[in-house]
Formats: sequence, structure tokens, C-alpha cells
Amino acid sequence: MRIACPICGERDRREFYVKGAALERPVEEAGLEAWHAHVNLRENPAGIMAELWYHEMGCGSWLTVTRNTATHEVLKVELASESGLGGAV
Amino acid sequence: MRIAGKGLATGSKTVNFTFNGRHLMGLEGDTLASALLANDIHLVGRSFKYHRPRGILTAGSEEPNALVTLGTGAVQDPNIRATTQALYEGLEARSQNCWPSVEHDILAVNNLAAPFFGAGFYYKTFMWPAAFWEKLYEPMIRRAAGLGALSAEADTDVYEKAYAFCDLLVVGSGPAGLMAALTGARAGADVLLLEEDSRLGGRLLVEQEEIDGKPAAVWLQEVLAELGSLENVRLMARTAVTGAYDQGTYGALEQVGHHEMRRHSLKGSHRPRECFWRIAAKHCILAAGAIERPVAFRNNDRPGVMMASAVRAYLNRWGVAPGERVTLFANNDDAHRTARDLAKAGVHLAAVIDSRHDAPESDLYPVMRGAQICNTGGGKRLESITVRSVRGEEKIQTDCLAMSGGWNPSVHLTCHLNARPVWRRDLLAFVPSSDAVPGMQAVGACNGVFSTQGALNEGAAAAASVLDALGLQGARAEVPVAEDVPYQIAPLWAVPGKGRAWLDFQNDVTVKDVTQAATENFRSVEHMKRYTTQGMATDQGKNSNVAALAVLADVTERSIPETGTTTFRPPFVPVSIGAMGAGAVDQGFKPQRFLTSHAASEERGASQLEVGLWYRAAYFPKQGETNWRQSCDREVMLVRRAVGICDVSTLGKIDIQGPDAAKLLDFVYTNSFSTLKQGRVRYGLMLREDGFVMDDGTCARLGDQHYVMTTTTAAAGEVMAHLEFVAQVLRPDWDVRFTSVTEQWAQFAVAGPKSRELLNGLLDQPIDSDSWPFMACGEISVMGIKGRLFRISFSGEEAYELALPAGYGDSLFRSLLARAEALGGGAYGMEALNVLRIEKGFITHAEINGTVTAHDLGMAGMLSKKKDFIGKAMAHRPGLVDAERMQMIGLKPIGAVKELSAGAHLFAPEDPVERVHDQGYVTSVGFSPEFGQMIALGFLKRGANRIGDEIRLVDHMRGIDTLCEVVEPVFYDPEGERCRG
Repeated sequence: MRIACPICGERDRREFYVKGAALERPVEEAGLEAWHAHVNLRENPAGIMAELWYHEMGCGSWLTVTRNTATHEVLKVELASESGLGGAV
Repeated sequence: MRIAGKGLATGSKTVNFTFNGRHLMGLEGDTLASALLANDIHLVGRSFKYHRPRGILTAGSEEPNALVTLGTGAVQDPNIRATTQALYEGLEARSQNCWPSVEHDILAVNNLAAPFFGAGFYYKTFMWPAAFWEKLYEPMIRRAAGLGALSAEADTDVYEKAYAFCDLLVVGSGPAGLMAALTGARAGADVLLLEEDSRLGGRLLVEQEEIDGKPAAVWLQEVLAELGSLENVRLMARTAVTGAYDQGTYGALEQVGHHEMRRHSLKGSHRPRECFWRIAAKHCILAAGAIERPVAFRNNDRPGVMMASAVRAYLNRWGVAPGERVTLFANNDDAHRTARDLAKAGVHLAAVIDSRHDAPESDLYPVMRGAQICNTGGGKRLESITVRSVRGEEKIQTDCLAMSGGWNPSVHLTCHLNARPVWRRDLLAFVPSSDAVPGMQAVGACNGVFSTQGALNEGAAAAASVLDALGLQGARAEVPVAEDVPYQIAPLWAVPGKGRAWLDFQNDVTVKDVTQAATENFRSVEHMKRYTTQGMATDQGKNSNVAALAVLADVTERSIPETGTTTFRPPFVPVSIGAMGAGAVDQGFKPQRFLTSHAASEERGASQLEVGLWYRAAYFPKQGETNWRQSCDREVMLVRRAVGICDVSTLGKIDIQGPDAAKLLDFVYTNSFSTLKQGRVRYGLMLREDGFVMDDGTCARLGDQHYVMTTTTAAAGEVMAHLEFVAQVLRPDWDVRFTSVTEQWAQFAVAGPKSRELLNGLLDQPIDSDSWPFMACGEISVMGIKGRLFRISFSGEEAYELALPAGYGDSLFRSLLARAEALGGGAYGMEALNVLRIEKGFITHAEINGTVTAHDLGMAGMLSKKKDFIGKAMAHRPGLVDAERMQMIGLKPIGAVKELSAGAHLFAPEDPVERVHDQGYVTSVGFSPEFGQMIALGFLKRGANRIGDEIRLVDHMRGIDTLCEVVEPVFYDPEGERCRG
């Protein structure tokens, strides 16, 4: 599998570490239900999913990869810093 | 026997080899199989379960019977197919799965016990008496399992891995593949043509036919010459494509050195044995051909029974006739080409038996139409066949039977991404479903198009569509004219009758087994496969899948498509693990990281400890010390009484700078760092987002917007990734930059009451306790070299950590050691470091084990209430602050046994030692010379409230069972006065 890092170009999957679903971080006061869901609960789609990948053997960028988990097609790769996952500060 | 003038290797030089110790000769270009057949050797092995005599069945990598072991010792190679092994001078091969010899095999008695070895026998046997399983049955089964054996010596072969990229990957070099490659290459596409065989050409190396009015062999030479001359074409023989993967990725195994004796030159250079390729292809054309399938009939497994296409391959390609009185059994026209070729070469055809009433006849040999073979005779070699027809049954003398049940397109790669092939009733075969693998097209025989003309047409057409997709213009190659005979076949899967008829030769699975599986209600093809083990041998069912499916369909009264099919998975041919893991041997697998102090440590005979990839000195034995404890105890005391030097460079160091550096620290640490003054260090705790402790460390503020964070050695990489995650994903608007400087600074702990005295003899500017109080930090210099000094302590004594750029590490270490020794101290290693910190109750990743919270560690006070930080919300979940949780405590032995061990579990003395009564566990232990006994840290339910209690410590693995006193998790200088010196 290859992922097109926006900075390095197409690289072998093994240069990356996958963290999991790309989710927005709740605010501190969001309540335990929201936090529990953020940390522990996951959809498991047989289809399109956004994931966070870390180019640890490359440029060190965190990337948001939109991928079809059934066909393995990679639809989009962008720098995670542009994905707005930090939640309200 | 060899037929003079036949075969592609005519006039080649002779090659000497041995088989089962017997010296034999073959010709260059032979495979081991063709050379054995030329020497009239048919018996090559014994079958898996029944130890029946077996011979060479095929001429390809699908061979199920002729598996041999090559070589001995470190280069011993089991389960090598004789049909694909190139013959080389000095080759040594021997039969497998037989003892004492293939001629006389003791376990042939298994054949008599056949009724007990039917499908699923292992579910019904070896059960009673239960005690016999471990002592008798399992060892027996282990000895009998498998075919070839490994030598148990380390593999001395060298393997490589490589990567390739291309516009068009063509798999297979028969007419379809060659036409595709030619078409693509002429238009300028970057073409990679891979061929599993040692020569390119596919069936063109065997079939006696014409292309464009000239012999196929001539056309082949011309095409290969043209392809070989083009710069945009790479031709690779001996390279089997093993798997199709996502995004146009293909795996391939190149057998670089299998066709020659291993060379170990004086220079020690090794030709790699194999190379595993990972190929990224924009487009792929699969021209993998087809594999002929056997017919199942009674005793169809005798040496001398071979595939019809293999017989004519041995004849036409290698000039070998596998028998002198050959018979043929078929249900299709194609097989008759074998009879025709044999007859033309002067080999006697005793009979051609065809199950079809309208089979073609010939003046070259007698044809029995509408007839079937219902038995064979002979022991270690075929001697006769029994033919059943309207006339009744008759026996025919024969020493070689060429059989054919038709052809199976090689669809394997098309199934690797989970597509199922499609049944074609007209072909009586499965063909690939379209779009089975994105970017791959199947052409020619593997697509169910069996004529040469059809193959050429499809290859050209597929390449043309690839060129369109690539946007390449150019004249398309003209497709030559070749034979276009229709494929005529009638169903014939198994000949009815008594006795065992083989389907899977390698796993010894018969028609009876499949029938029995269905009777026992294993009716789905997936169940039948696993219950009978049909299709589970190294040939992956290439010779048996379709026939077994047909038998199952018949017995369960369903059609073949209704019964379904099992799928194929990579690899297409067996791949050695050495090739898959090329380069990952010894240091290639586990690189070694050394400290700048390593050489000096080695000189002093330090015992090295592997900490991840790092090597750290565990202790420095002095003259006369014979046990590590002597060294460790001495080193602990020299730190407490004088001064010790320890290399602590392995701890992660992250340099953080920028206007928002303090914000980042406040966000990742539980406690506040924006309040840290310049020139000060603070201890910090880091949580995971789920509220559990991730790491601890110190962070020093060296400048207004400049910090250096330390992490534990174990978590350095993890923390770095975490910081990147926070900065890039969660807070991309913050202006902060950081980088790992772990390897840039050599850092040494200088610890003990004489540490300041030592430093003041070394630093350019002396320090005192007022200007450098506990937890101070700043820039210093040694002999004009700028460095950093941190007054922090992991030992609990007055201590510092001195850092200089790594290039000075070795000489700094030696200088520090000399000065320490002059003050009555010296070097200390990991063992002593660990005892010192346990005495102080300082935690490491022995305590931070992923299940521990700040509350458990007694650090709840470090969770700031004023700011958000990673893990804050989840850390306050009721379950993480529950008073019933296991909390950190100290332990001292008070029972008769004074030994403690990490990993031991804790029980109330009055409770039985059972899991439900488990109260906690021990995380760290050490012998404290200060207290003259072992001490430990651990976690105990409600530990904070049980100080002074007695607790029972049990370690089943090491046989320790003793009483302890629960104490505060700090043994030495609880007020922390000594480090503030």
C-alpha cells in the first residue's frame, strides 16, 4: 500500500504509523459521555473513513487519509494540521 | 530414455548429480525431473499419509509428488519440486518422507491401515486413553507430520529485496504475454515481463506448431531478440509473481541462485539465493496460462502416471520419453497431441483411451472411444492399466500413462483481492471474473482462451487498451497467424468404481474422502476442504480443486457453480521466509545503538544490558568481584558516600522553542510549566487522553522561549510522536517548533555528596549551592566547550547531569571517571541506578505500565485544576480515582524467606492464593545495601491505607512465598534532604 504524503510524495505504507480514526477533540467541559465516545467508541465502516497517519520514517507530518476500508482505495490525503481536529481552544 | 535429436538441449554438455546417493548424469538445461526420467527413474518419493510410491506427475511448479530435499546442513532445502529445479553440476537430491529408503519404506504399512486414515481421522482417533496424548500420540504425530525436514542449522544464504516500478507488468511469457509485451513495448511503454520458468516462451517451448508460417520456436526467438533489444523492456526469467495486492502492487520471487551450486568464494561474497520484489505497476496483464488437471480413477497415483501435457513437454523440450509403451487417457482433443508427438518421435503408443464416443481417431495409434480406465497395476512403477468399455474390461501393458481431464485456467492471482472466479460450462473450467483486480486484465489460457491465435489476439488487445489508458500512441503490432483449434471436451471427473481414486496427491485425499465428508454433513466446499485437507498442500489445490469440487457437487446433487469454490491466497508458489525478510537478519533486524561511553565501558569489562536497541552498562566489575551483586552493592554505596558517574544519554531529549512553547508544555503535562522560571527544571507527568499515565520526566527552561524536555528511554519515540500529534493535529495555530536532540548531547549523571567537588574541578566556572540550588539548570562550559548542567537527582543524593555535544562524550566520560575515582567513587551502571531509585521510590516504566493513574502513584496533586491538558477529562472518571484501586506501596520482607521478585502477586495472609483474592503485584525489586535486605515497589488495593499491614508475596514461577510489611513507597531519606545538600 502506498500513501501520497503531501510533502514527500508517494511512499510505502511502512514509513507510516496509523493512529486510528480522525476525530475532533471535545472541549474539556463536553462531559464524560462525549469524552468516553471520543476515546473508546469507534464506528467501523465498511466504506469511507478518515484516519490519522504519522509519517514517522519520513517528514514527521501527521496526515488525514480518507480511505475506503472495503476497497482499500485511498481517496484523499491532506496535512492533518488543515483538518481542524483540535476542537475549540 | 533420451530421444536423439529431440529437445531444446540437444548437444548440451553433461551434468553430474546424485539422487539418493546414486551418481547419475543429465544434460545442461535439464530439470532434476527430466534428468531422472532420462535415467528411467520414476519412483521419487512416498505419499504423505499412506506412504505409497510416487513419481513425477507434471513438468511445472504445480508438481505435488516429486518433492525432494537438496543438500545437507545449513544449505539443506526441503520440499523442492524436481520439475522446476534446474540441474547443476554436483547437485545432491534425496527423497523425502520415507525410511530407510524410498524403495523400501517402513511406513508403507500405513497403506494397509487406510480405512483408519480417512477424512477427519484425527477428530476420531488418538483420544483414549487421555494420558497417552502427551507421551505417545503427539510425539508420534509430530514425527510423522510434514514431508521434508529442515536441518536446524542457521541459514547461511543471503537474500535480497528489491522494488520495481513500471507502466505495464506482464505476468507470463507464453504467446499471450509476449504479444502483450511486444505491443506495449513498441509503443514506448515501460514494460516489465516476468516469467516463472527458467526460459521465456511458455507453451511455445513445447508445442509443435507454426506461427506466421514458421515453427513456433523460431517466432519465439525473433520476439525475444526484439524485446531484449528494447531499452524500455525488462525481461526476468525464474521470477514468479506470488501475489496481487492493493493499488497495483505485486509481489514476485526471483530465484537468483537456485540453478547453480552455492559459491562461497574466498572473498566471502555471496550471490543472493533469492530476491523478493515489490512491484508497483500502473497496469498488469495476466498471461499465466493454464494447468492441466488429472482424472480420478482407482490407483491413479502410481509412478509412471503423468499429465499428458507434461509427457509431451518432456519429449519436445527435454528430449525424454518417459516410457516405452505409453498409453493416453483423456476427455479432450488437446491431449491427443501427446500421442501424435510421441508417435512421430518413434515412441510406441499402446492405446489412446478417450471417454468420449466421438473422440478423434488416428492412423498412428489405436483409439478406444467411449472407454475409461478403472484401475492400474504395478508396485513401484506402473505396469498395466485396466480399461472399461462396452466390450467389458481389458488389461493393457504400459509403463507410462499420460492422462488429461482438461485444463484449468490459472486464475489464482485474480482471486487475491477476494474476487471469486466464474464457472464456464462450455469450458468445464473456472475463468477470472472481470475487474477481479483493479488494473489487471487476464488474457489467453488463463482467461479460458486456449488456442494460440486466441492468446495472441487477447494479448495484443489488452496491451492496446493499456496504451490508450497511458495515452501512448504508436502503431499497434500486427497479430501473427497461428492455430485456432476449438477446445473440445466432455465432462470426466472421476471414474466410478471400487477402490481409492486420488484427487489431492500431496495430501493423499481421495474421492472416498470427499464423499465421506459430504456424508458427515461437511457439504460446503470450505468445510470439505478443511475436513479432508484437500487443496491445503503446497500445491494449493492446483491439481485437485476443480475435480474435488465436481465430486462434491455430484455427491450433494448440486451444480458446480452452486457448490461454489474456495479462493486462492498469496503466495502462488512457496516463498522462503528468508526472502520475505531479506536484510532483517542479526543487526539488520535489530540495529544496535551505542553510547559515546561504550568503548570506555567495554574496556572496563562492563556487562552490557539491552535496553530497547541501546546497550547500557549494567555494572562495572572490579578486580576480584565474581558476582554482579558485589559490583552493584559497591556501586550503590559509592554514589551514596562519594560520587558516581553514569551515562544517561539514552533518555529522550526534546528541544522546544517558540512563543507558544510554554502553552504546549502546559497542554501535554498535567502540572503547570508556564510558571517555570528561566534557569529552573521541573518534574512533569504526562497522561494519555484516556487518563492513564503515559510518561514522566523533567523539563528545563533554558531561555525565555527555550525548553528542553526529557522523557524516559522507553517512551522517547512515543512522546515525540505525541508532541507532533498535539502540535500538528490539535493545536496547529500555535507557534512552536521542536526536535529530538537525544543523540546530539552526551549526558552524564554526576551523583553523590562529592558531586559538586568533582564538577568544580572540571567546569570553567565553579558552582555553589546558592547559585545552583536543587532543580536549577543552565549553560556551562568545560575547557571552553559549551554545555548544559542540570541539578536533578534520580539517586536521591546531591546530583547533577552534565551535557556536552556528543562528539566530546567519550573524553568527557573518561575524564569524569578519573576524577570520580580520585575522590573515592567511580562508574555505576543500570543495576545500581535501579537500586538507588527504588530506595527513593522514584518510578520508571516498571511502574508506568499503562494501567496506572496519577492517583495510583500518589501524584493526584499534580493534576492541575486550572488548565486543560491531555487526559484531564478522562482522568477524573470514577473508576480511575476509586479508593479501591491498587495504589503504589513499598515492601520489606519480614518472613523467613527474604527474597522478593518483580511480578510476584500479593495476598492477604489469611486468604487462599487464588485469583479472586489477588490484592496486587510487585513492580520493582532490588537489594538495598543501605538496609541490608531486599526492598520492593508495587501496587496494592487500598495500599495508601494499609501501611504497616502484613501481606503475603507469592511468585509461582520462581517458587517464592513469603510475608512482607507494607511500607511507604520511599525507603531512604523520605524528606529529600540529601539532594538539596
